[in-house]
Amino acid sequence: MSDIAIEHVRKVYPGGVEVIPDLSLSIAAGELCVLVGPSGCGKSTLLRMVAGLETVTGGDIRIGGRRVNDLEPVERDISMVFQNYALYPHMTVYDNMAYGLRNRGEPKDRINAAVHEAAKTLGLSDFLDRKPRQLSGGQRQRVAMGRAIVRDPTAFLFDEPLSNLDAKLRVKTRVEIRALQQRLGTTSIYVTHDQLEAMTLADKLVIMNAGQIEQAGPPLEIYEKPATTFVAGFIGSPPMNVLPGTATGEGVMLETGHVLSPDRPAIGPVTIGIRPEHLVPTPSGPLPLKVQVVERLGATANVHGVLKGTGTELVASVTGPDIPKPGDTLPLAPHPGALHFFSPETGQRLG
Amino acid sequence: MVENRPVLNIVQHGLLILGAALFVFPIYVAFIASTHTAREVGSGIPLLPGGELFTNYAQVLGEGLSSVGAPPIGLMLFNSAIMAIAITAGKIAISLLSAFAIVYFRFPFRVLAFWTIFITLMLPVEVRILPTYEVVAQLGMLNSYAGLSIPLIASATATFLFRQFFMTVPDELTEAARVDGAGPMKFFRDILIPLSRTNLAALSVILFIYGWNQYLWPLLVTTDESYYTVVMGIQRMANAGEEQPLWNLIMATAILAMLPPVMVIIGMQRLFVRGLVETEK
Repeated sequence: MSDIAIEHVRKVYPGGVEVIPDLSLSIAAGELCVLVGPSGCGKSTLLRMVAGLETVTGGDIRIGGRRVNDLEPVERDISMVFQNYALYPHMTVYDNMAYGLRNRGEPKDRINAAVHEAAKTLGLSDFLDRKPRQLSGGQRQRVAMGRAIVRDPTAFLFDEPLSNLDAKLRVKTRVEIRALQQRLGTTSIYVTHDQLEAMTLADKLVIMNAGQIEQAGPPLEIYEKPATTFVAGFIGSPPMNVLPGTATGEGVMLETGHVLSPDRPAIGPVTIGIRPEHLVPTPSGPLPLKVQVVERLGATANVHGVLKGTGTELVASVTGPDIPKPGDTLPLAPHPGALHFFSPETGQRLG
Repeated sequence: MVENRPVLNIVQHGLLILGAALFVFPIYVAFIASTHTAREVGSGIPLLPGGELFTNYAQVLGEGLSSVGAPPIGLMLFNSAIMAIAITAGKIAISLLSAFAIVYFRFPFRVLAFWTIFITLMLPVEVRILPTYEVVAQLGMLNSYAGLSIPLIASATATFLFRQFFMTVPDELTEAARVDGAGPMKFFRDILIPLSRTNLAALSVILFIYGWNQYLWPLLVTTDESYYTVVMGIQRMANAGEEQPLWNLIMATAILAMLPPVMVIIGMQRLFVRGLVETEK
């Protein structure tokens, strides 16, 4: 077990495109750190720099205290699971898993034991003689996992390993990955663009935007206290509602003239954030929603619409038997204390 | 297509049979001619098999046509095989390596190197045959297997094909190999070559036939009849000076010269089909 430290890392691609200006992040030993963000935010680049597949323009990367900037991937003692699995198509499952060990010159019986052990863990024992093309997507994904764990590395790197699976298998594999990582206790970095995966897997969640960390911390803390409007919009599904408002002496006034809450961050214009699940239908509530679309999910329903009298879009997650229809007006009230305030200029959290 | 139109079927089959017959006819004539005596062939080509099959082939395989200065056909077939195999193996080895270098390594003038190779695609052997002959003669490689095969080994076509194939190999595979600790040559040997197997098979067949059918180059560089290849040997037999060409024996030689490429195609066909069925990527 060893920790990973990323210190003031910078990445500029040839041609002068700066993907990561200056990024520092430390991952404790045994932790699973999830990097999440929109496409092009630099999360994969960062992972590939840790793996040694991309050069580091500036700063240091340390794995277990050892500076690895100039080491080949194999010398960093990491293993990586790729999005398309990158299994060697002409090799059997056994050979795919054994290849890295053979290149390290391990003795045959140790390779054999390690591969069978990994195959047993992942339920692949019956498939060792198959070629990747004879396996289903989920099995291939497990072979890729097997190739990673068989080497007993100091760190696992996952590059969107579940994106090629169907939804049901993704949930199942997600749980398996989490269980496996916890049992092995191997420090891991996991890149994804799926916020649900990020929330469920992470010990430490890192939200990236434009090559910078927007917020890092335990997933629930990020959910409860998003540091910026970007994070607020990224974590949680459906995303947090964002409304313009003004903080006055008596509370926060909306565009509609309703006053929401007596506790206010400061005097002046603010951006109000309310999670859809914190909006409750209340007779004569301060937020009258003109319903446009209703998505029924079974347990809950997402009600999409606009705030009456304005163009501000709003989503509410509603439970219970009374689901409104498009065209209805649904008065909503926020949970007390569930409001988030952000600065309209910087998007930073206030208070 | 699921269609049941009897007239169309008959027309289609008729056309196919006609086309096939058109292609097979010269070979049929050659074979028939090789079963007659020289006199019978000389007085107009017969269309039905004669009775001289064994005597003709025995003579061609045994003593050869020493009267016209052609060695026994066994030796010529052997020479052709050496030349074709050397050209095939050499071309594949060189083009695999150069394509590997061009696709996977960043070195100065990489693009220039590729385009230089690519441009030579446009120059067939015949265009550069005189300077090549001069070089080979100066090096003292006339009348040798080296002289027969080495100048034909450089191959832009094969390099280009392998380059195209290597570029379709996903980058992740290269990266996975790097993470697995495979250096460049190990990656080349353990991953790229096995993946290229079907391409290798296809190219070997094409290049073998290319080497086997070389005519002008062996004609130029060999004067010693123990280095004659079979394709040019046939020509020597036909230009037999004042004597009447022994068409029955020439045709027997032609049939024999045709057999090895046909055998190679039939033998490799299984690999082709397997390669097409098992799409490995």
